[in-house]
Amino acid sequence: MGRFLLTVIRRDLLLAARRRGDWLTAQAFFVMVVSLFPLGIGADPQLLRSIGPGVVWVAALLASLLSLARLFADDHRDGSLEQMLLSPEPTVLIALGKALAHWLIYGLPLLAIAPLLGLQFALPAEAIGVLMASLAIGTPILSLLGSVGAALVLGLRGGGVLLTLIILPLYVPALIFGAGAVDATLAGTGAQAHLSLLGAFLLMCLVVSPWVAAAALRVSVE
Amino acid sequence: MSPPRLSVTGLACSRGDRLLFSGVNFDIGAGELLLVQGGNGRGKTSLLRLLTGLATPLAGQVRWRGEPIERVRERYHAEMAYVGHLNGIKDELTPLENLRMAAGLAGRRLDEAQAEQTLERLGLAHCLDLPARVLSFGQRRRVALAGLLTAGALLWILDEPLTGLDVHGVALVESLLQEHVRAGGLAVMTTHQPLQLANVPIQRLRVGDADLTPAETMSAGQ
Repeated sequence: MGRFLLTVIRRDLLLAARRRGDWLTAQAFFVMVVSLFPLGIGADPQLLRSIGPGVVWVAALLASLLSLARLFADDHRDGSLEQMLLSPEPTVLIALGKALAHWLIYGLPLLAIAPLLGLQFALPAEAIGVLMASLAIGTPILSLLGSVGAALVLGLRGGGVLLTLIILPLYVPALIFGAGAVDATLAGTGAQAHLSLLGAFLLMCLVVSPWVAAAALRVSVE
Repeated sequence: MSPPRLSVTGLACSRGDRLLFSGVNFDIGAGELLLVQGGNGRGKTSLLRLLTGLATPLAGQVRWRGEPIERVRERYHAEMAYVGHLNGIKDELTPLENLRMAAGLAGRRLDEAQAEQTLERLGLAHCLDLPARVLSFGQRRRVALAGLLTAGALLWILDEPLTGLDVHGVALVESLLQEHVRAGGLAVMTTHQPLQLANVPIQRLRVGDADLTPAETMSAGQ
């Protein structure tokens, strides 16, 4: 079971490595969106510090949406999704593996870029640490929930817009607790409570979303 | 375990609110080939997808070894291989990687020598290391058929396997089918081309004739 999951993940990593352009686009989009705010709002450190966490988080949500539209769509188009569903292995593991691969490819790099972006918003070192922690717990949520949306809109025309409408509301708790953790650090009340709630949300997504995504895939392919 | 047998009773399928076919019955056992016939849009592909378990029928049942396929899904999918309209191969990967990846996703191991041998048999010896993107339509079809061989399945479900193949390719597929069926395999397939199989009993099934108008029936019978 574990080996099958690894096979699914390895496959998507290999495909992403062969198609680096897509990967770079998503990362560049994240950096661009975040960087536009200091340019547009001006260099008032107090103001930047208070909007910083929210801006980074919103940009992370949008960047994940950009890549999620293709999570299953490419495999659907060339027929390899059909073949995966005909595998004797459980579909749930395929859905979980693809969501985890999506996080490794698109979510994890955001963590590496986030400290630099935090500096743009004059965040103190402690707040940047919490920002990274919140993204580390929060970005897997985006990939897991996103896989449900991507499976639901599979094969629909205009699926990209629909995906946005379905998924963004579901992202709201992650946004609130994620950005809230950094805000709480800045306010001096400690991020513990927010990060715990975010962690609980992640566990829930980890348990529930692969099943929902697998069911949605079966319906979409039919 | 009961002997391999694919039996279908009272199968019906609709597309939208149009009934494609109903009351489809057949029963094939080891060493038998079923040729599904019918004009374009009569539901041949839909029937094959019902047989694979990718789609669920409006009515009726598909049984493998006497059990409904949805109840023995894992075993059924381990013993069945499907080649549909889409080849299910990734453009970014080489034929060799495609075969090994497909095997991994089906929970099987495939060593490189064996994959190479199969591809050579299908006349792809000179493009083992090229990305599938640069292969021709017929060559991709051959990669998909190589996947069929490496799957080592008992039941083959083939949707127009001959499209895009040249004369040699068609002859090759015919010899593969012959070999498979004579070795005790089962096959269900559709094709619009004449099939030349020596010493292989072919059952024929016409689908979707129920709603034909008399004039069309006449031309179909010619």
